[in-house]
Amino acid sequence: MGMTVSQKIIASHAGKDFVAPGELVNCKLDIVLGNDVTAPVAIAEFAKLEMDRVFDEEKIVLVPDHFTPNKDIKSAEQSKIVRDFARKFGIKNYFEIGCMGIEHCLLPEQGLALPGDMIIGADSHTCTYGALGAFATGVGSTDMAAGMATGEVWFKVPESIKFIYYGKMPEWISGKDLILHTIGDIGVDGARYMSMEFTGEVISRLSMDNRFTMANMAIEAGGKNGIFAADDITREYVEKRARRPYQVYQSDADASYFEIREYDVSKMEPVVAFPHLPENTRPVSAAGDVILDQVVIGSCTNGRLEDLEIAASLLQGRKVHPEIRLIVFPGTQQIYLEALRRGYIETFIEAGAAVSTPTCGPCLGGHMGILAKGEKALATTNRNFVGRMGHPESEVYLSSPAVAAASAIKGRITPPWEV
Amino acid sequence: MKFSGRVHKFGADIDTDVIIPARYLNTFDPGELACHCMEDADAEFPAKVKPGDIIVADKNFGCGSSREHAPIAIKGAGVACVIARSFARIFYRNAINIGLPILECDEAIDAINEGDEVEVDLSRGQVRNLRTDEVFAATPFPGFMQEIMAEGGLINYIKAKK
Ligand code: SF4
Repeated sequence: MGMTVSQKIIASHAGKDFVAPGELVNCKLDIVLGNDVTAPVAIAEFAKLEMDRVFDEEKIVLVPDHFTPNKDIKSAEQSKIVRDFARKFGIKNYFEIGCMGIEHCLLPEQGLALPGDMIIGADSHTCTYGALGAFATGVGSTDMAAGMATGEVWFKVPESIKFIYYGKMPEWISGKDLILHTIGDIGVDGARYMSMEFTGEVISRLSMDNRFTMANMAIEAGGKNGIFAADDITREYVEKRARRPYQVYQSDADASYFEIREYDVSKMEPVVAFPHLPENTRPVSAAGDVILDQVVIGSCTNGRLEDLEIAASLLQGRKVHPEIRLIVFPGTQQIYLEALRRGYIETFIEAGAAVSTPTCGPCLGGHMGILAKGEKALATTNRNFVGRMGHPESEVYLSSPAVAAASAIKGRITPPWEV
Repeated sequence: MKFSGRVHKFGADIDTDVIIPARYLNTFDPGELACHCMEDADAEFPAKVKPGDIIVADKNFGCGSSREHAPIAIKGAGVACVIARSFARIFYRNAINIGLPILECDEAIDAINEGDEVEVDLSRGQVRNLRTDEVFAATPFPGFMQEIMAEGGLINYIKAKK
């Protein structure tokens, strides 16, 4: 019996030749990640173990990104806990304001997450690194603490669902539309506890930025991880960044899957997820008349260069609707700088957008764009839960950067071909 | 371990943003978090929940963000146990890791109403509705998860093994 990519990575980190779905294993970790919300809890738990060092100073990554630059005194105290811990324990990969980014944009960019890695992060969107062919999954703070102490984590080997995307990609369709469509199809618990493996001719041509977007939202279908087998596109991305060896795995032809689902993308339209679950999807042309107050472009889902590029191409020479607040969040300092060099930032500002330093900001209703009661926002983020971006009676709609930019210009949810 | 408590009932897909909204994540003090526990689902909840009460919910409880603040808030509010049709994966791990009792029990969900008194026998994995006297069997936990729970959480478990 063959194995899937996910099984192979788990087996190699558990010191086994074969692992079967359902088996409980202990895995060695390549990266343990935390942020300014989750790491303070992990640090408090770690302290209870009374250890004078972490398992490996190189393999822990700390990124204060949620409420930074600190939004208030309490957040500043939380960031300080993380900073002090990083200094005291000699953590090599601590990213301070000025060098930081949204964690899931930052780690791949910095070559910290690599194909074949076993990664846990105290953040649910840690699954993003599956785009690189890594096994990456979100955990809580106590698991992070245990990981920092022991360099290991326990897992139940997941079943896998294979998703095959075929057909010719129509204009305006992005990775965001593919993943929203998929979540709309299987539901927010459609892949609960399972591995989502993304394959097919469409995937083999998909850019890294679009793959990150898709892997990022595996958790929105309840998935344990989302994964793309590494190929030439992955190698090209990783080659210039990796500072250590990495391993590339493919699923065996006789690997077993819990389920296989196929999607013909050729007739797909950009997708919008309506409040209050990412599974409430509709094609953009069926969105109806949704008048917006705010549009947010950015986050660990869609804050990368290609995302800003497409938004800039639509906003170039146009103005944001007078009744819309458009907020743009580049994912990292590098992305920000490159967007600046290419003129995207100028385009955004001339169009009437607010452009922010990298932060999670409004994505989780943290700061920098909170919604008032009754307000509606369209965001390129990943969650539209009740109260996610502010008041419990506000509404969040999810879409691709193209739909978001078009909607910012028109003031209501708009297909990109209408601007 | 056996205990009983009054039920607060919730629907499906209760996410961790609703359990504890991000606007309160600038602290991880259990008491402070408890003051806002479930408030976006039921604004009255923090005021009416009493120590020993039990949360009963439908499928996929705790989906979304990995914030451990969610089970910490529930535990901080004095909730003795969460019974759900199913749990989202990270919440399930977090609850076990911090020693918040949880039970997956498909049949019990439709047979228990808001305000019912329910008796839980954790070691036997049994749920009894004291109003109707119906008994339901929960899905048993794998052995080593039971050990983590018996130690009161993952950190104690690691300490005990050291
Ligand atoms: S951008 Fe949003 S989803 Fe991504 S890590 Fe930050 S808060 Fe989480």
